[in-house]
Amino acid sequence: MWDYTDKVKEHFLNPKNVGKIEDADGVGEVGSLACGDALRLFIKVEDGRIVDARFQTFGCGSAIASSSALTEMVKGKTLDEALQITNKDIADYLGGLPKEKMHCSVMGREALEAAINNYRGIETPDQPLEGEVVCECFGVTDVQIRRAIEENDLKSVEDVTHYTKAGGGCERCLPDIEKILAEVRGAMETRAEREPPGPPARLTNLQRIQKVQQVIDEEIRPSLQADGGDLELVDVDGTKVYVSLRGTCSNCPSSQITLKSGVEARLREVVDPDIQVLEA
Amino acid sequence: MATIYLDNNATTRVDPAVFEEMRPFFCDLYGNPSSMHTFGGQVGHHLDTARERVAALLGAAAGEIVFTSCGTEGDSTAIRSALEAQPDKRHLVTTKVEHPAVLNLANHLVKKGYHLTLLGVDGDGMIDLDELRDAIRDDTALVSIMWANNETGTVFPVQEAGEIAKSRGALFHTDAVQAVGKIPMDVHQLPIDFLTLSGHKLHAPKGVGALYVRKGVPFRPFLVGGHQERGRRGGTENVPGIIGLGKACELAGENIEHENTRVRALRDRLERGLLATVPDTRLNGHPTDRLPNTVNLSFKFVEGEAILLLLDELGICASSGSACTSGSLEPSHVLRAMGVPFTYAHGSVRLSLSRFNTEEEIAFVVERLPGIIERLRSISPFTEEGDAWTGEG
Ligand SMILES: Cc1ncc(COP(=O)(O)O)c(C=O)c1O
Ligand code: FES
Repeated sequence: MWDYTDKVKEHFLNPKNVGKIEDADGVGEVGSLACGDALRLFIKVEDGRIVDARFQTFGCGSAIASSSALTEMVKGKTLDEALQITNKDIADYLGGLPKEKMHCSVMGREALEAAINNYRGIETPDQPLEGEVVCECFGVTDVQIRRAIEENDLKSVEDVTHYTKAGGGCERCLPDIEKILAEVRGAMETRAEREPPGPPARLTNLQRIQKVQQVIDEEIRPSLQADGGDLELVDVDGTKVYVSLRGTCSNCPSSQITLKSGVEARLREVVDPDIQVLEA
Repeated sequence: MATIYLDNNATTRVDPAVFEEMRPFFCDLYGNPSSMHTFGGQVGHHLDTARERVAALLGAAAGEIVFTSCGTEGDSTAIRSALEAQPDKRHLVTTKVEHPAVLNLANHLVKKGYHLTLLGVDGDGMIDLDELRDAIRDDTALVSIMWANNETGTVFPVQEAGEIAKSRGALFHTDAVQAVGKIPMDVHQLPIDFLTLSGHKLHAPKGVGALYVRKGVPFRPFLVGGHQERGRRGGTENVPGIIGLGKACELAGENIEHENTRVRALRDRLERGLLATVPDTRLNGHPTDRLPNTVNLSFKFVEGEAILLLLDELGICASSGSACTSGSLEPSHVLRAMGVPFTYAHGSVRLSLSRFNTEEEIAFVVERLPGIIERLRSISPFTEEGDAWTGEG
């Protein structure tokens, strides 16, 4: 039994925007009967903006839900905005998909691109994207595989199969996928090294507070509580974290050590290396 | 919402009479049958009764029954035993449509240096005995052919297959997990050396099974340990499970004819009702040589998981050979071996009945399933234009 979110179930049981648009401005078709899922997306465009979107889908629950979500997401967007949508955005919109089902969200993104290309008069080749077919069983190209790896930070061949289906059949293409994966990961890592750990890695204040709270609630408090102690987050000011000790901790002579070596070390490790933990 | 359970090839409800029979063996008669004291020893007598009941259902002698923990263990024990007892024979024959309990083991053995021949099946899921004849070699240690297929219900000609195996000096095993309790059998009249069964497919609990080993057949234990099961399977017995299995076999034996006519009639009504009302539907499996409780249908242009999810909304439990239900990306190995076209393979649904199903339940499914298919087809891009767009280019 798949663990589908309520949002997935809702979009599967009551899909939005089902059907055709007879006078569609763009139509995108991806997938095939042989693959087990296929999506045809219709869009209506006015002044560079998608004013209506409808779909027809053959596939499992998450394929239908992803299609329904996609149509809701693109309506009202300009074509350029719509092209920014990644498969991850579709999955996020649905509150997440089981990883074995991520290929459904990828299919959504590809159909959208195909529909927009169709509207813009760009010939969509037989293959939804340029590139060379790597996986014959599912007709997946190297371009599709590279893109899935980059956009979703995929780390294993198995992940690539979950997201693109490549390798899910006869498995003959697994060595090729592995090569592409190594190549793309290599490129991603050199890029990461060149880029200084600047803004993207830094957390906003709100993110930092949430992260601190999460670490305290999920890791630190349970272990203190096990010894009859407890701790409460009082305030976060920049990198200063104010807490108050409770229970047996409040009069424990070693509580300062607990704060420094336990709580602070852990928060520095997972949230921010500059964190200081102080008693409120 | 009431549950309508039509997934009895996956597992079955423990019969309340089986449960009652097991009950004392948890808190009262909990002794170890191997103990010297009367308290434990008396449990041994109950195991004897259970063993006789299992043997009676198969037409075997009690001494030929080895209790196991499941069907998978029975399959593994039989296959490994046959290979180990004949070290000079390195070849194994089985079919492409076996349960993973056999198929994955066979593929694993290939990695260990054994040779394997997998027999194909035709469009009805039936094996070809001539292909079997050709496959057997002088160094074939074992032929393992399931009695009935779990997905399609197709029943294989085990008598003929066993005779062919024996005539060439090979041992013969049958995975009868789906057949026991559904097909009357008399193993002493058949050329069978090993037969595997599993309790939870015939209204006994999960985690208990049995392996029939014909008297005189060389045997090597899979679990080596204590002297339980006369040294054929180490490990303290799952006493309540075995007691339950004994009772379940007794009930199956008493009711097999009656139940099969009743269950078969319900199944036929379900099958005919759906084939008559849902266009573009095909039956997967043999039209006549089939388990009386199983029907596997494929609905063109719709996907099996989506069907199951909508059935689930109505409380109906079924299963599918579609790719998406298993987490793999390809439809079931059984349907592929049968050559079921892709337009159908992804839309397969297996409905498997038991003695606990009622006419009302079947009528409800016949009434509601067509609407589900229609609804999914109305979403599907393929239906209107026939097969024009298959997405192949
Ligand atoms: C034909 C067949 N063989 C073996 C098994 C495995 O039985 P168990 O689940 O008891 O290990 C099953 C169960 O699905 C089966 O259908
Ligand atoms: S070529 Fe990729 S799975 Fe067969």
